[in-house]
Amino acid sequence: MTAVTQPAYGSVGSPLTQLISDGWIATRRNLIKIKRVPEILVFTILQPIMFVLLFSQVYAGAMNVPDYVNFLMAGIFAQTVIFGSTFSGAAMAQDLKDGIIDRFRTLPMSPAAVLIGRTNGDLVINSISMLIMMGTGWLVGWRVTTSFWGFLGGVAILLLFSYSFSWVMALLGMSVRSPEVINNASFMILFPLTFISNAFVPIHTMPEVLKNIAEWNPVSALVESARMLFGNTNPEFPEPTAWTLQNPIITVIVGIVVMLTIFVPLSVKKFKSISSR
Amino acid sequence: MTIIQAEGLKKTYKSKSGPVHALAGLNLSVPQGTVKALLGPNGAGKTTAVKVLTTLIKPDEGSAHIDGIDVVRNPKAARRIIGASGQYAAVDENLTGFENLEMVGRLYHLGAKTARKRAQELIEQFELTEAGNRPVKGFSGGMRRRIDLAGALVINPKILFLDEPTTGLDPRSRLALWEIITKLVNDGTTLLLTTQYLEEADHLSDDIAVIDGGKVIAEGTSDELKAQIGGHRVVVTLVDEADAGAARDILARHGDGTPLVNDRTVEVSVVEGPRALQYVLSDLGQANIRLHDAGMRRPTLDDVFLTLTGHKAEDEKTRKIDAELENAQ
Repeated sequence: MTAVTQPAYGSVGSPLTQLISDGWIATRRNLIKIKRVPEILVFTILQPIMFVLLFSQVYAGAMNVPDYVNFLMAGIFAQTVIFGSTFSGAAMAQDLKDGIIDRFRTLPMSPAAVLIGRTNGDLVINSISMLIMMGTGWLVGWRVTTSFWGFLGGVAILLLFSYSFSWVMALLGMSVRSPEVINNASFMILFPLTFISNAFVPIHTMPEVLKNIAEWNPVSALVESARMLFGNTNPEFPEPTAWTLQNPIITVIVGIVVMLTIFVPLSVKKFKSISSR
Repeated sequence: MTIIQAEGLKKTYKSKSGPVHALAGLNLSVPQGTVKALLGPNGAGKTTAVKVLTTLIKPDEGSAHIDGIDVVRNPKAARRIIGASGQYAAVDENLTGFENLEMVGRLYHLGAKTARKRAQELIEQFELTEAGNRPVKGFSGGMRRRIDLAGALVINPKILFLDEPTTGLDPRSRLALWEIITKLVNDGTTLLLTTQYLEEADHLSDDIAVIDGGKVIAEGTSDELKAQIGGHRVVVTLVDEADAGAARDILARHGDGTPLVNDRTVEVSVVEGPRALQYVLSDLGQANIRLHDAGMRRPTLDDVFLTLTGHKAEDEKTRKIDAELENAQ
């Protein structure tokens, strides 16, 4: 009988270095997944190209909006990154179903690491999509008219918003526990939400009821922020009446802070108590 | 030395049809270096017990210690010395076998180099070379289960928990996994194993705890448990089913309980096997009852389970409880 030898553990370091290290390991897992799952690549690369081309080439002629390509791009950016954030929900639900969450939870790792890895995965997907869309947009005539910092600000606000939203989706995924339900629900809710906004058409062209919804819709604030930062706003459009749309950047930043401060701790707390059947 | 100790564990889940008592005061103690099997039907509380001990869920009441560490109060310390493998192969389908094992090693904080080395060792030891460099997706259940089991062994854990390690596997994969587990425990690992297969408990463990309704209802070695329900059983198989009534009367005369009749097979538990068999055969001969087969057998764990719980290891009632548990969680 040989004695059980327990390998020495590498020095773990402070909780912060451990969190960063564990978070990176969990992120790497999702990066490998992006590379190997064709559906993700289609969503990340092909769909954004298709959307930019469809709206800018097929619909543009029928839209009674001057310089539609420049109006459109912020809307497509926002819609794509919001949908990109739903991966976290479906993936957490799938991991629970597969039982791999149980494996993680029996390891001496930081409880936030799996969630950090998951939301980072969405961030990478969304960053790639943004690059692809910006390239395609540029080819069909999209131009940033502010400054380099305005451009960076616009990209940052879109990615930060989607990153925070990934945490909301992650909590939903752990609560609902069904990847199918998450996918269907996000489609049913997010699709109308992104369309009843200023993403693809100017709000003042909508009927009264929809106009009110669209003005207060947080997606509109996000789109408007990006438009302002990229210098794609149209001064001829009537002033919005909703405060959130009059002050879109503040609204979005408050939204980001609120989502992170509420959903990061809630998600980590939820993670500490979940287990597959 | 006792290395796993659980006292009065209680856990209740809510479900549509009222509360389900998954654990109803479960006590357990496992000496270091031994293998204990938790044997019971679906819904008996085996998985819940393992989940409490592996820090996955907190009990409503009671306490649990592994190697002196309170798993409820100090789950992180407990996680450093355990390896656990559940009912479902908990591997990432999109990662290769090697990547799965390396990730687990890194999350045990082995350090990049050690984690890689250990992953490679396990790939070889578990004959996973085929799955080593290809995504797990597309490999058989047996192969996934082996990767998952290897994941539980990345740190050579002091205590290993295996929850129904062979459920759903074909007989060949099951035998292969048994072989691996047997080798492991020969190396001195303490193992707590759950199973609904009596044969598996008999084969792998030193000691068996029979669980039903969230409690341990009997405990001991397989021989001790068998002894609890009496000695030998005399079994005769008749040529003609019409003789069953007469044969039953004869067995009842020499047996130590009510004989069980199943088509042409009649059996009864007896105090002294060889002598009872002699009498039974002689009486059957005098009554001109022709036999296909006759003999004695030691009771199986199936008999133990039936005697102790009043139901078989798998029946309608337990399946219902299982379904309720599934809804409740």
